[in-house]
Amino acid sequence: MGQPPPVLMGAWRGALSALLSLRGVWVEYGDKVVLERVNLDIAAGSFVSIIGPSGAGKSSLLRVILGQEVPTRGSILLDGIPLKPECGPDRGVVFQRYSVFPHLSVLRNTVFGLECAQAPFTARLFGARRRAAIAEAEEMLTAVGLGDSLHLYPAQMSGGMQQRLAIAQALIKRPRILLLDEPFGALDPGIRADMHALITRLWRDYSLTIIMVTHDIREAFSLGTRVLTLDKRRRDPHAPHRFGATAVYDLPLAKQAPPIGNDDESIKLDDVSNN
Amino acid sequence: MRWVNRRIRRGNRILLGAIPILLLVLLYLVIAAGRHAANPNDKILPLPGGMAEGMSALLFQPDQLSGQFIFWADTFASLQRLGMGLGISTLSALLVGLLLGVLPPVRATFGPLVTGIAVIPPIALLPILFIAFGLGETAKVALIVIGIAPFMIRDVAAHIAALPREQIVKAQTLGASSWQLMLRVALPQAMPRLIQAVRLSLGPAWVFLISAEAIASDIGLGYRIFLVRRYLSMDIILPYVAWIALLAIAMDMLLTWASRRLFSWAHGEEH
Repeated sequence: MGQPPPVLMGAWRGALSALLSLRGVWVEYGDKVVLERVNLDIAAGSFVSIIGPSGAGKSSLLRVILGQEVPTRGSILLDGIPLKPECGPDRGVVFQRYSVFPHLSVLRNTVFGLECAQAPFTARLFGARRRAAIAEAEEMLTAVGLGDSLHLYPAQMSGGMQQRLAIAQALIKRPRILLLDEPFGALDPGIRADMHALITRLWRDYSLTIIMVTHDIREAFSLGTRVLTLDKRRRDPHAPHRFGATAVYDLPLAKQAPPIGNDDESIKLDDVSNN
Repeated sequence: MRWVNRRIRRGNRILLGAIPILLLVLLYLVIAAGRHAANPNDKILPLPGGMAEGMSALLFQPDQLSGQFIFWADTFASLQRLGMGLGISTLSALLVGLLLGVLPPVRATFGPLVTGIAVIPPIALLPILFIAFGLGETAKVALIVIGIAPFMIRDVAAHIAALPREQIVKAQTLGASSWQLMLRVALPQAMPRLIQAVRLSLGPAWVFLISAEAIASDIGLGYRIFLVRRYLSMDIILPYVAWIALLAIAMDMLLTWASRRLFSWAHGEEH
């Protein structure tokens, strides 16, 4: 992945090769339709915010992309290859809570991903490989601002620090896509602002592709290069559960190519299209 | 100040905890002294002097028949049975509980079996164990295992199955296989719960041990209590019961200490 490419208005879909594609994705639980006919192309290097009312299937969409759930219909392609219906190291995730391991220190939480890949049987590293993994983890933890807290346990840290750890843990695997499920929803406003700055910096420095579900519309527009709004396009008053949500607004934001200095985030509404 | 808000300091807590125990001891002594005033040969409520006299033979004099110091031989035999029973139960709880908790196919296959075994009253199986394993040590250890292992397995499995889904998903996005997930995520988080389960099982384990020893044995704390009952030897029974209580408390404290020491992350310490 190179630098996140500049957003080209009007040529949004054609010019950019899609990293992740959703083709006619439906998610149904029993006879309740949650998502219907979702078609999406997400370009490498983009920061996609997903907003929408409660129950509009934001988290379901994220879980489907993550591989935690299998769509009822449709297919999901990563680099043109259909995804396995399972979570894997190509898609990192940060949940609102519980995404760090309470029994491991900060450093060991972060090294865990490297240990899994390099030691299939023991899931532990020794000697030079262990030192290399620890050095890599320390570097990543320093990048998220936890360089001084390597030996704390999650229960000893604030919510913001735990989310920093969860991000470092995910990024050490260099995932193709980083999925954030309301990652800052449980944090104080001041800490949230710090976390916004952090995630923006990491997104630029590591050329990440990020999909973030959020309740906070300001957050969605200030962080994202593209904002998707999920909602039901059709409603049946007698059977509201029979129609699912889909992306009703798809707003590319004109952000300059990183690194950017200004915070000009003009919103272009002319490209609204119902996928 | 409301009673729900009253905090007791450490020194006061020990003092308050000792009061009811001391009162009970005092009550016993008063009643026992009363009975002895009426009948110096009373056997039902022996005085401390009588207990010391009765116990000293078992503690310090070798048995004429076997040459063993009976009290210590009883203690050793009982602790050996209890230790083996607890050890086997703990290992199987860890192994089976882990597999049941982490792997849905294993849970679907063996969950009902474990539940089925757990609801059988273990004492009802004792005759089967005696028939199958004879009257030796195996049957006694097996009774303890059958009595407590199903509960421990279910407890550990339920605890692991209740780990936040987010953690399991996160581990997979970090590249963990089922095996790695069990080894590095589920197993360490099951350990404090396992120790908790052992602590809760100590009581039932003693019950099954004493039952097995009472029914068929020739040595052991439970055997001795039921043997001397025939001679109304309360001067032996009461110290034995107190000794069993002491052993149980010591084990409980040891387990609590070990859990805090080894798994401090689970006890909310160092905040």
